[in-house]
Amino acid sequence: MAPILEKIPQSETAPPPMGRPVTEAPAMHQDRAQDATPCGGSFQPSFESWGRYPRHTVDRLVPIHWRQEIASRLAGPRDGALAVGMGRSYGDSCQLAGRTLLEMTGMNRLLHFDPETGLLTAEAGITLGQILDFAVPRGFFLPVTPGTKYVTLGGAIANDIHGKNHHGWGTFGNHVTWLELIRSDGSCKECSLSENPEWFRATIGGLGLTGVISRAQLRLRPIVSRMIDYVGIQFHGIDEFLALTERHQHAEYTVSWIDCASTGRNFARGVFMRGEHSTIPGALNPSPEPKLVFPFEAPAGALNHATVSLFNTVFFHKQGRPRVEERKDYEPFFYPLDKVLRWNRMYGKDGLLQFQFALPWESSREGTIAMMRLVANSGLASFLAVLKAFGSVASPGLLSFPMPGVTLALDFPIRAGQTLPLVERLASMTLEYGGRINPSKDATMTAAQFQSSYPRWSRLERFRDPALSSSFWERVTEGHGHR
Amino acid sequence: MTGQPSLREPQRILVLGATSSIAQAACRIWAARGASLFLVARGAEKLAVVAAELRTRGAARVQTQLADLDDTSRHPELLERATEALGGLDVACLAHGVLGDQPSAEGDFAAAAGILQTNFISAVSLLTWLGNYCAGRRAGVLAVLSSVAGDRGRKSNYVYGASKAGLSAFLEGLRNRLDREGVTVLAIKPGPVKTPMTAGMAGSGKFADPGKVAASIVKAIDARQDVLYVPAKWGPIMFVIRHIPEFIFKKLNL
Repeated sequence: MAPILEKIPQSETAPPPMGRPVTEAPAMHQDRAQDATPCGGSFQPSFESWGRYPRHTVDRLVPIHWRQEIASRLAGPRDGALAVGMGRSYGDSCQLAGRTLLEMTGMNRLLHFDPETGLLTAEAGITLGQILDFAVPRGFFLPVTPGTKYVTLGGAIANDIHGKNHHGWGTFGNHVTWLELIRSDGSCKECSLSENPEWFRATIGGLGLTGVISRAQLRLRPIVSRMIDYVGIQFHGIDEFLALTERHQHAEYTVSWIDCASTGRNFARGVFMRGEHSTIPGALNPSPEPKLVFPFEAPAGALNHATVSLFNTVFFHKQGRPRVEERKDYEPFFYPLDKVLRWNRMYGKDGLLQFQFALPWESSREGTIAMMRLVANSGLASFLAVLKAFGSVASPGLLSFPMPGVTLALDFPIRAGQTLPLVERLASMTLEYGGRINPSKDATMTAAQFQSSYPRWSRLERFRDPALSSSFWERVTEGHGHR
Repeated sequence: MTGQPSLREPQRILVLGATSSIAQAACRIWAARGASLFLVARGAEKLAVVAAELRTRGAARVQTQLADLDDTSRHPELLERATEALGGLDVACLAHGVLGDQPSAEGDFAAAAGILQTNFISAVSLLTWLGNYCAGRRAGVLAVLSSVAGDRGRKSNYVYGASKAGLSAFLEGLRNRLDREGVTVLAIKPGPVKTPMTAGMAGSGKFADPGKVAASIVKAIDARQDVLYVPAKWGPIMFVIRHIPEFIFKKLNL
């Protein structure tokens, strides 16, 4: 893999600088950026994860706009730092309580695109939505996308995110061809499967701990239309879900919404959704800006058993028939929740706990049924439950979450004395069934649980930059005296 | 890629201070329209990254020139080179500037003079050449980043404010002279914008998004507007602030 700097064409005309020579060229507008401590004194910066739980305060939020600022910003704070993007991780993997966060979203430039190969190089703070705005009009799409486009490229790599095509396409990391890592010692590593491959593997799914990801190259895939050929099929129970999964294993995108509120004859009913990029040439315009913002924090208890059951029933019957086929735009197919900005406020000021497990095939059926029963009987109904089969495409990442089998993602409103015990019970069941929990959606996993389900964690720890940490990492590696 | 290029859409654009956030965001829009860009900035690495991005986004041609714009003696040479490279000029966008440090500028004339040099003197030098160039061709838009801070002097940043007030007055006069020559002079007066210049200022989380500010600027250039307050709410706000009587204003903490 050739280093990217060779791929960025140099300026067409490169005459010598004019005017007085500038040795350590500062930004034009940088005077106040030298020290990013708040001027106001009483102003306490905060950075929320998407679940808004746990809440942590931050000592300093440092916006990063240029790659050359990273090393000095990392070397500055003595008690550690963490690079963050859009804060869409639910728990504390994007937090570092009381210390410094480097906000990467100002580094969002596209650096190169080759329409022959689909290879796109960009700075790591660009969001997947910004990539789509550029790529879709040119007839390209993300190779793998999560359920929101409001995540950064760097965050997608650090969490080795997966999407509805995991069974065929693997994780996001499977399509990253190159990345650049900036470390607190000032070094800059270009990483790929052929160059610094051990660093490449540690960084994919490395939770942002191996260094700051500053740039990356991603292979986009061609499309001829924004449209998705969609099929929605109602099912009742996990066995029907597994049969549908088997029957549609060659469909590109498959995912199921499942009702976690109902018991009895409606237990584990759901809608199996499959989609393919339409092969009929169609519109390739960029998406319009979303206009809806969830306007306020819902009062505590707004999402209760009654409202969630109603929502689930409406969702199940919305399609009206056991099977529907339609052509729909990719926005509602991939990003139904992105239509309402800040929808997490729906959970009120206490926030929400998200929980996602993956179980290996041998225990998938039994384990999923047992955990769904526990959830349905708890009365702490999950508003959005997503069920999917993972495939066997191996990620290059050292600490990736997906494994071949079944994954279920749940979210719960925080209820004192109820939610935590339920989630703790689900976590121990996950491990009993030989599965693991998604770190980017976790706020409660114990160190023992993490270390036994991610045995390679100690290898990642060896690649960790001493200046980088996260509240998550400190929680799940406790007792190992790394700090 | 973006449909029929309108005849009104400028195609040959000179950007001074091209690595500033607002300039970068405006350049993204122009690049997507397939414009040719000539970018001037101080930092070589930053300029190279910005140029790479604009080429990727579809600019017909991107040329770059490193320059310290404080050195006015080199301006004519720089501008000749730029207009020659572009094969003419539809828009010149002046986006270079410094916020400076008000406390130092209060105690040290050299610091104050530095702010005036960058924000005012260098702009006057560039606009003198560019104004005459455009007048000679009876065409062109001179789009200049001033600031709401130039509408009224405040104790918290009056040196910066004075540099922008001088600039705004210069632009008014230049417009008065060049309008009849077919040249548009656009004074852009942004409120606080979320950029590296304002990073760390209290309340910076609520500042305007540079992408939205740039979209308004590009629109105002297309419409050959004279003055642009951006975001638009700053028009009425500054109208009120300009009309506060001095005997009250001098007591305020602004």
